[in-house]
Amino acid sequence: MVTLVHSPATTGLSVQVRGVHHAFDTPGGPLPVLDDVTLDIEPGEFVALLGPSGCGKSTLLRLLAGLEAPSEGKLGADKVRIVGPDPSRLLVFQDPTLYPWRSVRGNVALGLEAQGVDPQQAAARTDRTLRLVGLGGFEQALPSELSGGMAQRAALARVLVNDPRLLLLDEPFGKLDSLTRMTLQTEILRLWRDAGFTVLLVTHDVEEALLLAQRIVVFSPRPARIVREVAVEEPYPRRRDNPALQSLRRDILASLGHAHEL
Amino acid sequence: MSSSALALSSDRFAGRSEEVVEPASPRAPVWRGGIVAALAWAAAAGVTWTWPDITPWSRSGLLGAVECTLGAALFLLAFAGNRGRLAALRPWDRWLGAGAVLLTLWQILTAKTAILPLPFFPPPQSILEVYTDDSARLLESAARSLLLLLPGYAIGGAVGFANGVAIGWWKQASYWGHPILRFVGPLPATAWLPLAFFVFPGSQSASTFLIALATAFPVAVLTSSGVKGVNAAYYDIARTLGASERFLILKVAIPAALPDVFVGLFMGLGASFAVLIVAEMMGVKAGLGWYLQWAQGWAAYANLYGALIVMALLFSSLIALLFTVRDRVLAWQKAIVRW
Ligand SMILES: Nc1ncnc2c1ncn2[C@@H]1O[C@H](COP(=O)(O)OP(=O)(O)O)[C@@H](O)[C@H]1O
Ligand SMILES: [Mg+2]
Repeated sequence: MVTLVHSPATTGLSVQVRGVHHAFDTPGGPLPVLDDVTLDIEPGEFVALLGPSGCGKSTLLRLLAGLEAPSEGKLGADKVRIVGPDPSRLLVFQDPTLYPWRSVRGNVALGLEAQGVDPQQAAARTDRTLRLVGLGGFEQALPSELSGGMAQRAALARVLVNDPRLLLLDEPFGKLDSLTRMTLQTEILRLWRDAGFTVLLVTHDVEEALLLAQRIVVFSPRPARIVREVAVEEPYPRRRDNPALQSLRRDILASLGHAHEL
Repeated sequence: MSSSALALSSDRFAGRSEEVVEPASPRAPVWRGGIVAALAWAAAAGVTWTWPDITPWSRSGLLGAVECTLGAALFLLAFAGNRGRLAALRPWDRWLGAGAVLLTLWQILTAKTAILPLPFFPPPQSILEVYTDDSARLLESAARSLLLLLPGYAIGGAVGFANGVAIGWWKQASYWGHPILRFVGPLPATAWLPLAFFVFPGSQSASTFLIALATAFPVAVLTSSGVKGVNAAYYDIARTLGASERFLILKVAIPAALPDVFVGLFMGLGASFAVLIVAEMMGVKAGLGWYLQWAQGWAAYANLYGALIVMALLFSSLIALLFTVRDRVLAWQKAIVRW
C-alpha cells in the first residue's frame, strides 16, 4: 500500500474539553446528555471513547465537529475555541451516508468542491485518496453499487482527502461484518501512523478500543460522565490474545458494570 | 473498470442487475406471436375488403390496405430475427393481435352491420377519412395546443420549483408561503378561468397564466416537501466539509429533492393538460380543445374521435418525454413510477 502522499507532514490537533455540559430540549423537558466532561488530548494521540449505548458519545463528537454548541463549558482545538464546523476536524459516522446521486469520486471530492479547490487538483487528490483506502478502480461506481465495507472506505476517503488534523470516528465499524471490521481497523491504524492526525474513536467495543487506542476514556450511562481513563501502552501491532490487553479488558468491563461477563 | 470486476468484489452489486435479459440464441428464433398478429391483420383486411359496407365508405379500400400493410410488416418482422430496435415490439405481440381483432369488431358493429348507429358511432374508415381529409387542420390544432402549453408549463415549472426550494429551505419563506399553498393550492386552476379571461389583455396570456398556475402548485408543494425531507446527515456532512449555504442548497438540498420535484412536474403536466383543453374550449379559438368544440358543433363525431386520438398521442408522448428526462437525470435511482 502507498503512504499518504499529498501531505506527509500533517500535524494533529490537540483537543481541550473543559467542563462541558449538554442537554437536549425534548417534549418531556431538557434531557441531560453530557455531565461536566473535561478531557485533554495531545496532538497526534489516538483516544477511544467507550461507554454504553445512548450515553452521549456521539453528542460529544458533534460538539467537537462544531455541528452543535454545548449548553455549558468550552471546547477547543489547538487551544482555539470551537465555534463551528471546520474541514480540519472531520467526522466519520456509523452510516457512510454517501450522496446516492454522486459517484464515489464525486462523493470524495465533496469537501474540495465546497472549499473551492481547483477541479483538476481536486480530481488528482481524490483519486489518490481513493487508491489509499483501496477503492482504486471504483471512481465511477455509484454508492448503491458498493458493499458496506467499501461504502465505509469511501466515507473515510471523503474525510481524508481534506487532510484533517482531527479525525472523529463515530463507531465507524459498528455495522460491518467482523472480517471487514478487522481489515478496516488495521487500515485506520496505518493511516494514523502515516499521517499523524489526532484520532478520537467512539466505540462500545472494548476489544476494538484496546487494539487501537493509546488511551481509553470510559463514560458512565447517560448523562455521560468520565468514570475512568486507561492508558494502553502495548506497542503496535497488537494481538487480541495479548495477556496485558486481556487483563485491561476485564478491568474496563468491570468499570462498565459487566463484571459478571468475565 | 469492468463491470465483472465490480460484481466480483462487491457483494451488493448483484442487486443492480435484476432485469433478466433473455439469452441471445445463435439462430434467430421465429417470432410466433408476430406471425399470429400478422394473420390477424390479414384477416382484418379480408373482412374490410370482402364484406360490403351498409352504406359504402370511401375509405374502406384504404383501411384494408393499411391493415394489409401492417400484417405484411409484422410477417416480415417475425422472420427478421431478434435484432434492432423493432425487436422491442416482441413482448407486445398479444396487443398487436388484439388490435386487429378490436378494430374488426368495431368495424363489423358499425360499417358492416350498423348495430351501433351513426352518428355517435362512426366506423374506423370515417376516422381514417378525417386523417386523410382534415389532417392540415388537425395538425395545426395540435401545434397550436403545444405552443400554448409549453411556455405556460415551463414558466409554471420554474416558478413552482423556485418557490418550493425557498419554502423548503428558509423558515420565513415557509411561514408565509406554506399557508398560501395549503389554502389556494386545492383550487383547480380552471376555477380562475373567468377571472383570468377578464383580467388579462388576451385569451393567450390568460391561458398561459392558468397553465402556469396549474403546473406551479404541485411542483411547489412536492419540491418544498422534498427539500424539507432531506436526510439531515447530508447537511451535517457537507457543513463539516466547509460547505456554504449556497453549496448546501444547490449541491445537497436540490439533488436530494429531485425525485420529488419530478413527481411534482408529472402531476403539474396532468393538471396543465386539463387547463389547456378547457381554456381552448372557452376562449382561445385554436388548438385541439377548440377542434373538439368545433367538431361537436357540427355533429362531426368522427372528427371528435380523431382529435381525441391525436390528443392522447400528444399528451402521452409529452409524459413519456418527461419520464425519459427524469430517468436520465435520476439515473442513480431505480425508477419508481413506470410510464
Ligand atoms: N438532537 C437530539 N435531540 C434530542 N435528543 C437527542 C438528540 N441527539 C441525541 N439525543 C439523545 O441523547 C442521548 C445521547 O445520544 P448519543 O450522543 O447519540 O449517544 P451515544 O452515541 O453514546 O450512543 C440519547 O438518549 C439520544 O436519544
Ligand atoms: Mg452514537
